[in-house]
Amino acid sequence: MIQLTSRSKVVVDKKMSFKEKLYLPAIAKGMAITFMHMFKKAATLRYPEVKREFAPVYRGMHVLKRDEEGRENCTACGLCAVACPAEAITIDGAERQKGEEKLYREEKYAAKYEINMLRCIFCGLCEEACPKDAIYLTDRIVESSYTRNSFVFGKDLLVEKMDDRIDISKRKKEYHID
Amino acid sequence: MAILIFKIALILILFLISLGVAAYATYGERKVAAFMQDRIGPDRAGPFGLLQPIADGTKMFMKEEIIPNVSDKLLFILGPCIFMVTSLMTSAVIPWGTAMEFGGVKYAMQVADINIGILYVFGVVSLGVYGIMIGGWASNNKFALLGAVRASSQMISYELAMGMSLIAVIMMSGSLSLTDIVTSQGDGKLWGFIPVSGLNWNIFYQPMGFIIFLICAFAECNRTPFDLPECDTELIGGFHTEYSSMKLGLYLFAEYINMFISGAIISCLYFGGYNFPGLTYLSTVLNPNIVALLSFGALFAKAIFFVFFFMWIRWTIPRFRYDQLMKLGWQILLPLSIINVLLTGGVLTIFNK
Repeated sequence: MIQLTSRSKVVVDKKMSFKEKLYLPAIAKGMAITFMHMFKKAATLRYPEVKREFAPVYRGMHVLKRDEEGRENCTACGLCAVACPAEAITIDGAERQKGEEKLYREEKYAAKYEINMLRCIFCGLCEEACPKDAIYLTDRIVESSYTRNSFVFGKDLLVEKMDDRIDISKRKKEYHID
Repeated sequence: MAILIFKIALILILFLISLGVAAYATYGERKVAAFMQDRIGPDRAGPFGLLQPIADGTKMFMKEEIIPNVSDKLLFILGPCIFMVTSLMTSAVIPWGTAMEFGGVKYAMQVADINIGILYVFGVVSLGVYGIMIGGWASNNKFALLGAVRASSQMISYELAMGMSLIAVIMMSGSLSLTDIVTSQGDGKLWGFIPVSGLNWNIFYQPMGFIIFLICAFAECNRTPFDLPECDTELIGGFHTEYSSMKLGLYLFAEYINMFISGAIISCLYFGGYNFPGLTYLSTVLNPNIVALLSFGALFAKAIFFVFFFMWIRWTIPRFRYDQLMKLGWQILLPLSIINVLLTGGVLTIFNK
């Protein structure tokens, strides 16, 4: 028979010796092990105060990026919505008006951009589909809520604020080499 | 009259101590479990989670009380009551410390010094199984009934070996009174030639009897590895499956009281009870009341150690299978304890004139 792993142990159904039959030495050994564990460092983090660092590739709540001048990157091409396997994304496009150049980078922008967080499976395909560097999944967690409607996130929740920019450089490094 | 007041005060204090210990044993259990599994355990309620028992108790009281329609209502309520009452009653005969002295009168730190103390303990403990049996039967639930049946057969099987291992101790002290058993473990010559003070404990004479008694104590308290009556994985809680609210709380509480009391009894029988090295010397120099409190502290510490030991075992050893349990009780522990009695008798006849 081929050994599939070097860690496999051959089980032998041999008769136990008297010492083994007593069980007490084995129990003492086991108790020593559990006792030693009392002095080990706990693996638990005290959650709300201490948070575990996310992996750089963690896929959490989405962000709609702005460029350096604070203009929205999204041009409402709809590729993300097409790519979305869960059909969670709804986009309404609109044309940029005169005087709105400070707000939107391209001539077209998303007037409505909604992600239904209950539908979303956080696969990250929207991010891969996006040609304009506009949408990214971040290490933020979608917070729980009591109503279903509150999980439909609009632009107010998705577009990043200029005074609170979301850093996605780590994620870019892992996935997008541009 | 004074003695009556003292006894009533003692009963009240013991009652409160038992309940307090039981409450904090639930907290201790969770902490010990956490530490042994590299976790933190409850730490939210108060500093280090010390108020957790209060939170748990409040939760228990606030929960909805459900009595199944198909159950026998009277027995359903009676079950946890019996279990709780019997577990609290056992502490009555334990000598908690040396005598206290108020106004020149000595008061024994024991609720009732009856000359068959240890038999009383056994009687009450075996009554405790009725709490489980009645509760499990009245639930009218097959899991509860299975748990109850297991509990009763387990108790009967292990009480035999327990009693036999105890006989060896009784033979050595020559008395059934717990006071005599404890005082005989004070000063003396260990094995007849090593002079010791307050350390002439039975454990040095009866190591095998102690192990048998300890194992049986685990079985009597329905603790892992003998928690077949309430094994959560097989019987979803066993005899207390149908219980909710404080009736469940009583069952769980009584279990911890049982642990504490059996710890105290094991200490009395094998670890010298309230005796500790230097007790005789201290009682000549210190106020008898302080000595009494010190000796109480010694017994309390021993009992608490055994409570910890119970938890330690729980998080180390997995549960027995039912046939293994019966085999261990009848085929191994019972013969061993009889051999122990024979050996003790032989040694006593040879060395005691």
